[in-house]
Amino acid sequence: MSRWPLQLNRRKFLRSTALGATAVAGVLHAPAFLRAQGAAVKIGVLHPVSGALSYSGQQGRLGATMAIDDVNTSGGIKALGGAKFDPMLGDAQSTPDGGNAEVEKMNAAGVCAVVGGYASAICLSASQTAARYDLPYVVDVGVVDSIVTRGLKNTFRFGPGFGVIAKTALDNLVAINDQAGKPAKTVMIVHEDSAFGAGLAKLLNAQLPDRGFQVLETISHPTPTREFENVVLKIKAQNPDLVIPANYYNEYVLLARTMQQQRLRPKGIYSVLGGAASSYKFVKEFPEAAQYIMDCNHWFDPKNPKALDLKKRVEDKGQFYTYEVYMNYSCILLLADAIERAASTDRAKITEALAGSTFSGHVMPYGPTKFVDGQNQGAAPVNTQVLGKDIQVILPVQFASAKPIFPMPPA
Amino acid sequence: MLSPVILVPAVLNGLMAGAVYALVALGLTLIYGVLHIINFAHGALLTAAMFAAFFAFTLLGLDPYLAAFLLAPLFFAIGYALQRFIIGPAAHGEDRNFLLVTLGLAVVIENALLYFFRADTRTINLPYAFDVVEIGPAFVAVPRIIAFGAVIAVAAALWTMMRWTDTGKAIRAVAKEKLGAELCGINVAHIYAMTFGLGTACVAVAACLLIPTYYVNPSAGEAFVLIAFTIVVLGGMGSIAGALIGGLCVGVVESFSSIFLGESLGQIGIFIMFIVVLLARPSGLFGARQ
Repeated sequence: MSRWPLQLNRRKFLRSTALGATAVAGVLHAPAFLRAQGAAVKIGVLHPVSGALSYSGQQGRLGATMAIDDVNTSGGIKALGGAKFDPMLGDAQSTPDGGNAEVEKMNAAGVCAVVGGYASAICLSASQTAARYDLPYVVDVGVVDSIVTRGLKNTFRFGPGFGVIAKTALDNLVAINDQAGKPAKTVMIVHEDSAFGAGLAKLLNAQLPDRGFQVLETISHPTPTREFENVVLKIKAQNPDLVIPANYYNEYVLLARTMQQQRLRPKGIYSVLGGAASSYKFVKEFPEAAQYIMDCNHWFDPKNPKALDLKKRVEDKGQFYTYEVYMNYSCILLLADAIERAASTDRAKITEALAGSTFSGHVMPYGPTKFVDGQNQGAAPVNTQVLGKDIQVILPVQFASAKPIFPMPPA
Repeated sequence: MLSPVILVPAVLNGLMAGAVYALVALGLTLIYGVLHIINFAHGALLTAAMFAAFFAFTLLGLDPYLAAFLLAPLFFAIGYALQRFIIGPAAHGEDRNFLLVTLGLAVVIENALLYFFRADTRTINLPYAFDVVEIGPAFVAVPRIIAFGAVIAVAAALWTMMRWTDTGKAIRAVAKEKLGAELCGINVAHIYAMTFGLGTACVAVAACLLIPTYYVNPSAGEAFVLIAFTIVVLGGMGSIAGALIGGLCVGVVESFSSIFLGESLGQIGIFIMFIVVLLARPSGLFGARQ
């Protein structure tokens, strides 16, 4: 009595699941346009939200998800019948391998594009993995130039790369130094030892002497490092006019605090892509250590109401408006625009649409997007300085809100 | 480069960092001296204690230096129980089994921490973490001075206990002659567990001293244990004074090698010293000659 209904149920179950499987397979094999109408647009959002870079990764994810919410609440992708973004959030665990594994998963899950990566080393490997599947990859931050010079058709970088950043940073440094009567002649560079820091240090070492600066020493350190006393001792011994740090957030904060602790006060701290140098979090938590630090870094367009509105919304959430947030926000909008114009979730069509993008609805001071070999041509950094409890833009002049204070007044 | 402005702070930094290494090594050498096993779970226990100190601060608002008074007895109990109920019974008295069981424990603890707390690197911010004391040309951070003092106090307490208390005498008896001690009525299983507990308590104190200036993630302890092994070998296996002096030496060597060779290569000096000691004096500075 009890066995028969059970068996029947099992058979029924098997039959229905078989039907279900066939149906799913059918949908998967259907042409893209059939699936796309009104269906969600799956995209990969990759950040190092755990591990040594977790703070930056979480900030990046915040920016990306805010943009996704904005796209979804304002009607989704109209060309696809108002399809909403369905983000697949990935954690690169602060390593290139972690990034690769997530891209593999995202590809298997059928995303139509990936945004993010954050660290240069992660962007390099994740975009290459994505290239194997012709998966469009929008780099949010990763600044190493080889990210866009490997000839990968799928990889687009919205922000500036090393070349442009280093040139701008050095031009501006010379300008600031000249204006103050050339007080700075000697430099020490403290950099982290992965692709980002080491690459930047190499560039600076090559270019600083041509601009009249003598590099006394270049010190590298791993990420994470939890002690900078020996580094600061070495700086003290050489007593350079300028210290140029190139490291990620935690190490940057620690270095600046150790310099303050050991009463080391060079004529200036001038960072290039300083991990914390233009971070509201750093300025709020350690205002004394952050005072007068100059930075050449990613920065939002201070004259763009959309950027200011986003700043307010981020701060209302109790978060800091760091560059990871607004760069990722912009990258998602850039991708949304490309999918809109492609009117498809087909990877090749999105890649094509990105390549021809003239998107200007972002919050960065870049002007309309124009990609040449995957690099956005208008992308450029600005110079900031921590003055009082705020971060002011000091160069370029058209965005400046304050004049640079250099050399640092004595403590 | 070799001006006193650099030398004095480098030596001081090295000594203070070395003191904490010494404390980790102290636990290790104690366990080796009595149980004659190398405790591979030492690093994992250190990591666990660092997490405990981290959460004592973030969840309960307990200052790490106060937490030491809570965590040391707690980890003593954990260590005691581990040896009495897991390592001892599982090893069946065979030395190589001890090795495998502690190795297995390390894997279990580390992965449990990874599972619960993920790979995130966490730090705490204490208001006084960056306060300094001026010693000659050097500015020495307050947490380092506290750590140095605490390590000396713990080592002195441990030495006194070993020298004057009944438990200490029993531990030394078991270390020298297990069978003889047992014949005299000493409960060897209990003494083993006491020793393991003491070693683990050392690690808990070290964790509380580290957390104000260091970070914690599920593999944070490993870095220290590798250094602690070096110290144990350098100082002589099983020697308390050896661990202390070895630790201070290693701290200074590390400090200098990170100044002259760079942060990324800072630990190379330690391992060169390790190899040299193994070649020149295999029983260590204070170890009994074979």
